Amino acid sequence: MELRAYVVRRIILLVPVMFGVSLLIFGVVQLFTPLQRATLYISDPKQLAHLSEVVEQYGLNDPFWEQYGTWINQVFHGNLGWSKVVAAPVGEAILKFLPTTVELALFATPLIILGGIFLGTKAAAHKDKTIDHATRVAAIIGWSLPTFWLGLMLLMIFYGYFAGLFPPERLSTEMSLLVNSDSFHQYTRIHTIDAILNGNLRVLGDALRHLVLPVITLTVVNLAFIMRLMRSSMLESLGKGYVLTARAKGLDERTVINKHARRNALIPVLTVSGYLFAAIVSGAVITETIFNFKGLGWLAWQSAVQLDIPTVLGFALFTATVFVLANLVVDLLYARIDPRVRLGGRAK
Amino acid sequence: MTDWRFMLHQLRRNPLSLAGIIILLIFIIIAVFAPLIAPPPEGHGDPYIIPRDGYSPVPQSPSGEHHFGTTEGQYDIFYGVVWGTRSAFKVGLAVIGMVLVIGIVLGSLAGYFGGIVDEVIMRVTDVFLAFPSLILAMAIVAALGPGLRSVLIAITVVSWPSYARLVRGDILAIREEDYVEAARGVGASHLRIIARHILPNSIYPALIMASLDIGAVVLSAAALSFLGLGTPVGYADWGQMIQFARNWIVGPPGNPLAYWYTVTVPGLFILFFVLGWNLLGDAFRDILDPRLARR
Repeated sequence: MELRAYVVRRIILLVPVMFGVSLLIFGVVQLFTPLQRATLYISDPKQLAHLSEVVEQYGLNDPFWEQYGTWINQVFHGNLGWSKVVAAPVGEAILKFLPTTVELALFATPLIILGGIFLGTKAAAHKDKTIDHATRVAAIIGWSLPTFWLGLMLLMIFYGYFAGLFPPERLSTEMSLLVNSDSFHQYTRIHTIDAILNGNLRVLGDALRHLVLPVITLTVVNLAFIMRLMRSSMLESLGKGYVLTARAKGLDERTVINKHARRNALIPVLTVSGYLFAAIVSGAVITETIFNFKGLGWLAWQSAVQLDIPTVLGFALFTATVFVLANLVVDLLYARIDPRVRLGGRAK
Repeated sequence: MTDWRFMLHQLRRNPLSLAGIIILLIFIIIAVFAPLIAPPPEGHGDPYIIPRDGYSPVPQSPSGEHHFGTTEGQYDIFYGVVWGTRSAFKVGLAVIGMVLVIGIVLGSLAGYFGGIVDEVIMRVTDVFLAFPSLILAMAIVAALGPGLRSVLIAITVVSWPSYARLVRGDILAIREEDYVEAARGVGASHLRIIARHILPNSIYPALIMASLDIGAVVLSAAALSFLGLGTPVGYADWGQMIQFARNWIVGPPGNPLAYWYTVTVPGLFILFFVLGWNLLGDAFRDILDPRLARR
C-alpha cells in the first residue's frame, strides 16, 4: 500500500471512532433525567421554578436520536454549553486554560522522553551491572508512586521545610499582578515564553521557580515507564544481527550502541508516545490539582467536583479529539519509518 | 504457560519478585486480620467508617491511643490505613472480576466469530480507548454522582477494552488449532468450543495480567478519591486520607513538618501496595515473555 493510501485509510477510520466518542459522551449526559439536564441550561436560580418549560424549550424529552442530532449540530458550531465554574462558554474556558497545561507539558515531555531514552540505554548497555539494577529498582518504585502523593511530599519538603523554595500556583502575587498589567504583553499566555518575549527576567525566574515541582511530579512516573520500555527494546536490539555485524567490523562500543542499536530500539518508544500523551493529560489533572496550577487539568477537576457537567464533558471531548489526532500522527510517523506497517494492511 | 513449577522457581530466584510476594503477603494478613489489628470501638456501626476522636480539624501527633496520629477531623490514621487495606482489596478484586467477565465474553466473541462481530466490538474498544482513562473515569463518576459504586463502575468501564483486546488476540492465535477443528468436526456447539476448548488454552495470560493489575486499579481508585470523586467522607480509603491531609502539608511557622504523618502514612501504604503488585508483575512479564527472560 502506498503511504498516501494508508494516510487516507487512517483518516477515514477516524470518522467512526469520533462518532462513537461523541455518542459515548452524549450517552453519559443521558444518565441524567430531563429535569436534571434542564438545570444545566439555566444560569439564573429564578428559572428553577420553570424547569418544565426549559425541558420543553430545549426538547429534552425528544427521542434519543433527535436530541443527539441537535447536540452534535451545536458541537459542530463550537457550542459545548455553559461552564458554571468559569462563567463562560465551555469552548472559551478550555482555550483560556489550555496555555497553562501546554507550558507544563512543554517542560515535562522532553524530560520524560530524553531522560527515559538516556537511562534506558545506559541500563541496557550495562545489563546486570550496578547501574542496571539501580535504575531497575528506581523505575519500579517510580512507576508505583501515586502522583498525587509524590506532589504533596515534594510540597512538604520544598515549600514547607525549605521555607517556600518552590511554591505552588503559577506565579507569586507580585509577578501575577505584573503579568496582568498593561506593561506586560501576553503573547501566548505561556508565562515563560511571554517573559522571554517581554525581556522580563524576573517573571521568567518566578515562573520557572513555580514550574519545578509540578514538572518533577509529572515527569517521574512517566520517565520510569519510558525507561523500562527503552531498556527492554534496547536489549532486544543489541541481540540482533546488525549489532553483531557492527561489532565484528571493529566499531567502538559507543558507536555500536548509539548509532546501530539505539536507532532501531527507538521504534517501540515512538509507538507508545500516543499513550504518553494520555498519561500526561491524566497526570496534568492530578498535578495541577495539587499545585493549584490553574490549567485545563485543574479546570477538569473543579468542574467534576462542582458537578459542572458541560465543562467535564467538553474537556473529555476535547482531550479525546486531541488524543485521537495524536495517535494518528504517531501511526503515520511509524508507517513512514517502518514500511512493514503500511504494507501489512490490517494489524493483528 | 509451560510449567507452574518452573514459574515458581523463576519467581523464587528473582529477589525483586520475592520482595513483591512478601509485601503482598503482609497486606493480605493486614486485610484478613483487620478486625483484630484495629478493632472497631464498641457500638461503632459500619467498620469501614473510620472512628473519630472529636471534631477538631487540627491533626494530633502519633500517641499511645492513636498509633499513627489523627488526620483532619480527628479520623484515626492507624484504623484508616488498616481498614483501607481491606477496601483496597475489595475495590481491586471487584473491578478486576467485572473487567475479566466483560473482557473474556466480548474478547472471545470477537476473536472466535471474527468478521462483522469482531469489527463492531473492536471499533467499540477503539472508542473507549480514545479517552485518557482518568478523564473518562472522572466524567463517569461526575455523571453518576461520587461514591464507591461509581468509582467501581468508572474504572471497569475504562479498563475492559484492553482485556477484550488481549483475550481476542490470544483466541485468534488458537482458533485454527487442530483440536478446535476436531471439536468443530464432531459437531460441538460454539459455546462448548469456546468454553471447553479455546478459553482453557488461551486465557491464562489475561488472567495473570488482570490479577497483577489490581495495583493499578487501586491506584486509579485512590486518585479518584483524592480528587474528591471517590468514597463517602470518613470511609477507610487511602486516597481519601491523603485528600484529608492536603491542608496540613505545611505546619505552623517554626515547625513546617509538624503534620508529616497525615500525608506520609497513607501514602506509604498506597506506594507499597502498588509496588508489591508491580514487583510481582515485572517478574511475571519476564517469565511470560521468554524472549526477554532468556537474556
